[in-house]
Amino acid sequence: MLERINRAYKEIARASQVLGRTINIMEVCGTHTVSIFRAGLRDALPDCLKLLSGPGCPVCITDQGYIDAVLKFADRDDSIIATYGDMIRVPGRDGSLEQKADRGNIKIILSAQDALNLAKNHPDKKILFVAVGFETTAGATAVIANEALEKGIKNLFIFSNHKLVIPAMEALLGEKNHRIDAFLCPGHVSVIIGENAYLPIVEKFKKPCVVAGFEPMQIIVAIADICRQLADGKPQTGSVYQAAVTPQGNETAQKIINESFDIVDGYWRGLGKISKSTLKLKEKFSFLDAEKQLGIEFIPEEDLTGCRCGEVLCGLIDPCDCGLFGQSCTPDSPVGPCMVSSEGACAAWHKYARRKRRKQ
Amino acid sequence: MCLAVPAKIIELAGSEAIADCIGNRIQANVSLVPDVKLGDYILIHAGFAITVLDEDEAKKTWKLLEDLDNFNKTNNKVSG
Repeated sequence: MLERINRAYKEIARASQVLGRTINIMEVCGTHTVSIFRAGLRDALPDCLKLLSGPGCPVCITDQGYIDAVLKFADRDDSIIATYGDMIRVPGRDGSLEQKADRGNIKIILSAQDALNLAKNHPDKKILFVAVGFETTAGATAVIANEALEKGIKNLFIFSNHKLVIPAMEALLGEKNHRIDAFLCPGHVSVIIGENAYLPIVEKFKKPCVVAGFEPMQIIVAIADICRQLADGKPQTGSVYQAAVTPQGNETAQKIINESFDIVDGYWRGLGKISKSTLKLKEKFSFLDAEKQLGIEFIPEEDLTGCRCGEVLCGLIDPCDCGLFGQSCTPDSPVGPCMVSSEGACAAWHKYARRKRRKQ
Repeated sequence: MCLAVPAKIIELAGSEAIADCIGNRIQANVSLVPDVKLGDYILIHAGFAITVLDEDEAKKTWKLLEDLDNFNKTNNKVSG
């Protein structure tokens, strides 16, 4: 283990020497952000390496307009909102799902399958499934959409805001003032899309993309690999999570996602409109498309005043650079989505790095 | 949201499986890993198996979870 850590330090130093400056690696996934803090890696890494938290937390990148559209639906007695737990505390203009839960029509689900089961068990209610997440959860949504079609279930309505991770990474690199040298790629999204999915980024932008799992040692080895590539000037794709991630990914999941969704332009918090980045249900699933059947309208909105989650998600500032951080925005009373989700960059900074900052 | 747990399939009926993760029984949909068999180790994310793992990899994660559990039973609490 020590040998691998030493090797990582050497590679980091070499890369920083070759580049002549601090190296910026973006960890795309929120779970990586938390793992890195929890293991104390941020403090243990040399100053010439900076880790940026990227747009990899599904809650954080959800546009406020989407949340407001769901909230409007929370007042209806003829319906049940089925949502992953992460979403219930995100503040919209008019409260959060948690604040509206007293009617008993908001259910936290652990699996897309639970949304389908709710529809089966409550035939008299309309079930609105808050379908968020990247490729990892999109496959599950596609499975239940197909099952609903097969079994003729008419009271499930899917409000799809599934996102694709590659277009967001490309959009970040397309910004003029980005400071990203390489990506530490998400473990479980990569189980689905495969290591090869990052080839276009390597080819077009010449940035190393290395997939890691969530153990600290894997993250260190991935960072060492990224720095080796930067020092050698040979960007590649790589994976240190070979136990779960294959070059081609889970082709069954990719197939059902492609057959169930159209890829459309979509809004991301902080990043704005990104072309071909969002999944909407195909025509054959119109009968369970919430936007078509329930008149739910998703109007993209300006983010809340003073909240700088957008800049945090792009790696332009650290959470503590936001004026609201730790003041009016805390995990108990979050203003922006990055403070809501336990995997949000602001929540992770607040939990693990707040005290250190005060000392400085 | 990106957390996933490895578990061993102990019951399988169509696309529905019951899997064991250190004594916890987890319901999982295996539609996305169609060739899966009884006794296979799967990685479960939000109720769906997303890939098949080899036994060693699954056991490595279980060991980590067990270590965490054992640590929590000691007095060496880390205060926030």
